[in-house]
Amino acid sequence: MSTQPRPTIWEHAQTKGVSRREFLTACAWMTAMLGLPASAVAQVTKALETQPRIPVLWFHFQECTCCSESFIRSSHPGIADIVLDKISLDYTETLMAASGKQAEEALHDTMTKYKGKYLMVVEGSVPTADGGVYCCIGGRTALDIVQEAAAGAKAMICWGSCASNGCVQAAKPNPTKATPIHELISGVPIIKVPGCPPIAEVMTGTIVHLLAFDRIPQLDGLGRPKAFYSRRVHDTCYRRPNYDAGLFVNSFDDENAKRGYCLYKMGCRGPVTYNACGVMRWNGGVSFPIQSGHGCIGCSEGNFWDNGPFYRHLPNFPGFGIETTADKVGVGLGAATVVGIAAHAISTNIRKRHLIKEELASSEDVKDGRAEQGGS
Amino acid sequence: MQKATLGRVYVWEIPVRFYHWLNALSLVVLCVTGYLIGAPLAIQQASEASFAYWFGKVRFIHFVFAYIFFFNFLFRIYWGFVGNRYANWKNFIPYRKKQWKEIKQVIAVDVLQRDNTPIETIGHNAVAGFTYFMTFLAFLFQCVTGFGLYAAMSTAWFPKLFAWIVPLMGGDFAVRQWHHAFMWFFILFALVHVYIVFYHDYVEGRGEISSMGSGWKFIEKEYHPTLKDEKSSAQKPAG
Repeated sequence: MSTQPRPTIWEHAQTKGVSRREFLTACAWMTAMLGLPASAVAQVTKALETQPRIPVLWFHFQECTCCSESFIRSSHPGIADIVLDKISLDYTETLMAASGKQAEEALHDTMTKYKGKYLMVVEGSVPTADGGVYCCIGGRTALDIVQEAAAGAKAMICWGSCASNGCVQAAKPNPTKATPIHELISGVPIIKVPGCPPIAEVMTGTIVHLLAFDRIPQLDGLGRPKAFYSRRVHDTCYRRPNYDAGLFVNSFDDENAKRGYCLYKMGCRGPVTYNACGVMRWNGGVSFPIQSGHGCIGCSEGNFWDNGPFYRHLPNFPGFGIETTADKVGVGLGAATVVGIAAHAISTNIRKRHLIKEELASSEDVKDGRAEQGGS
Repeated sequence: MQKATLGRVYVWEIPVRFYHWLNALSLVVLCVTGYLIGAPLAIQQASEASFAYWFGKVRFIHFVFAYIFFFNFLFRIYWGFVGNRYANWKNFIPYRKKQWKEIKQVIAVDVLQRDNTPIETIGHNAVAGFTYFMTFLAFLFQCVTGFGLYAAMSTAWFPKLFAWIVPLMGGDFAVRQWHHAFMWFFILFALVHVYIVFYHDYVEGRGEISSMGSGWKFIEKEYHPTLKDEKSSAQKPAG
């Protein structure tokens, strides 16, 4: 599309003074990020030597920027730098130097010059209520921007729970009608990287996959990269043996909590949450919520704000107000059923008394030896 | 009242009775283990996790009975096509005018007790049949949501067949919650079902309770002139 061939990632790195040794080190890091064996380093290296840098447009809509914050705090110093350096970040509201007219121009240039070739990255949901007025950038609504940019995108990454499933602003009653991107856009491959925020290494890993292989990673049924979201936090949790043994924390200040038993009864969402927290952990593999003694809140799952309260295993049953679980509703209905049965049994003995009496009378006949054949 | 002349009718064949009791056992085990999985017992102990596996066992029993329940259910559907007239699938779906008429009649006689006319049906009456159809739908829902949840922790191909329910319902959390809530349907159903069986036996004296053991019911001949043609009906005096 462009008039002169764009430099490959390796060529670009050379202009920045990166030595061959440093480049190969970065390739090895990336291979590790992808969870590939050491034998794949050569493949990744070759890809980065031949692939031009991907132009990236990174949008911020209804969000708190925690995804960006997580990304730039990638554990191993330099990984985010490597990734940011390997891509050509042409537009991102929070990190770019340009502003105003220049920023808008950069956006416009990339969209026209690299139509069908740029990677679109979205952080945040899009409000659709009242014509989308609740999130406007440069005088245009988020909805307008996302639709225009998606039309020419090669692929799209939805960073975080906001873009993937709406997160807190889409929680009931969702006044701005915050909508996840996949409900607004079709025809573009969408990769969801949910989490509030997602783990930095998961974010870089997803981008690296796109860089190294020039195709989207394998996704699960909900559109998340299988490499990071195919297992539940529960499956990789170091407290899992306590779960199988039936050893649970019953309150946050009991003996069992001190012993580090399973937090299942404290409402831990590990068993229903697909994420890599138990394996990659946070802040350079230092810890993750469960290791710190707090249950998982399921931040990478859809609707997690509405599935409360966080500290109880069974959520509120919809339509019955707060503090009402399915079990409370069930016990209530069970009691009502028992009362109904008792009432019906009483009613039967009143309203069917003649019928029952007649049947008993016919039984008397048998006693008297006057029963016909077939009587029982 | 004229003394009722009763005839024996072989209503529930052995496969139906076998299905019924295996299903009852499975439901009890699944409800108890399922409830324990949702709300495990609070045990205070200073044991190492490696010495115990009771919660794992509870879950294992739940999964084993899930398979038993599912294939037993599948077998009952098959029997709905090859079994006798009382086991036939047509008893369960009210698609004929006659069935709707009977539904109204059963409500008047058994529920509201406005009327004492005996219900003529020998097998399931129209209300019972329709209720069982509803339970079949609930069975299906529990099987799909249960195996859908199980798929994530299994490498077997069978649970994977149900993995589609998770994205459809928006995630494991929602699937698990509905799977749990539907447990209460079975508990309520069991309460009403057991009562109704006792009620019918008490009021009608047709051997409703024992019929699921022996297969036989005792039906008044004058209400069922066709009974005489019934191949399975015994013409000898009962007792």
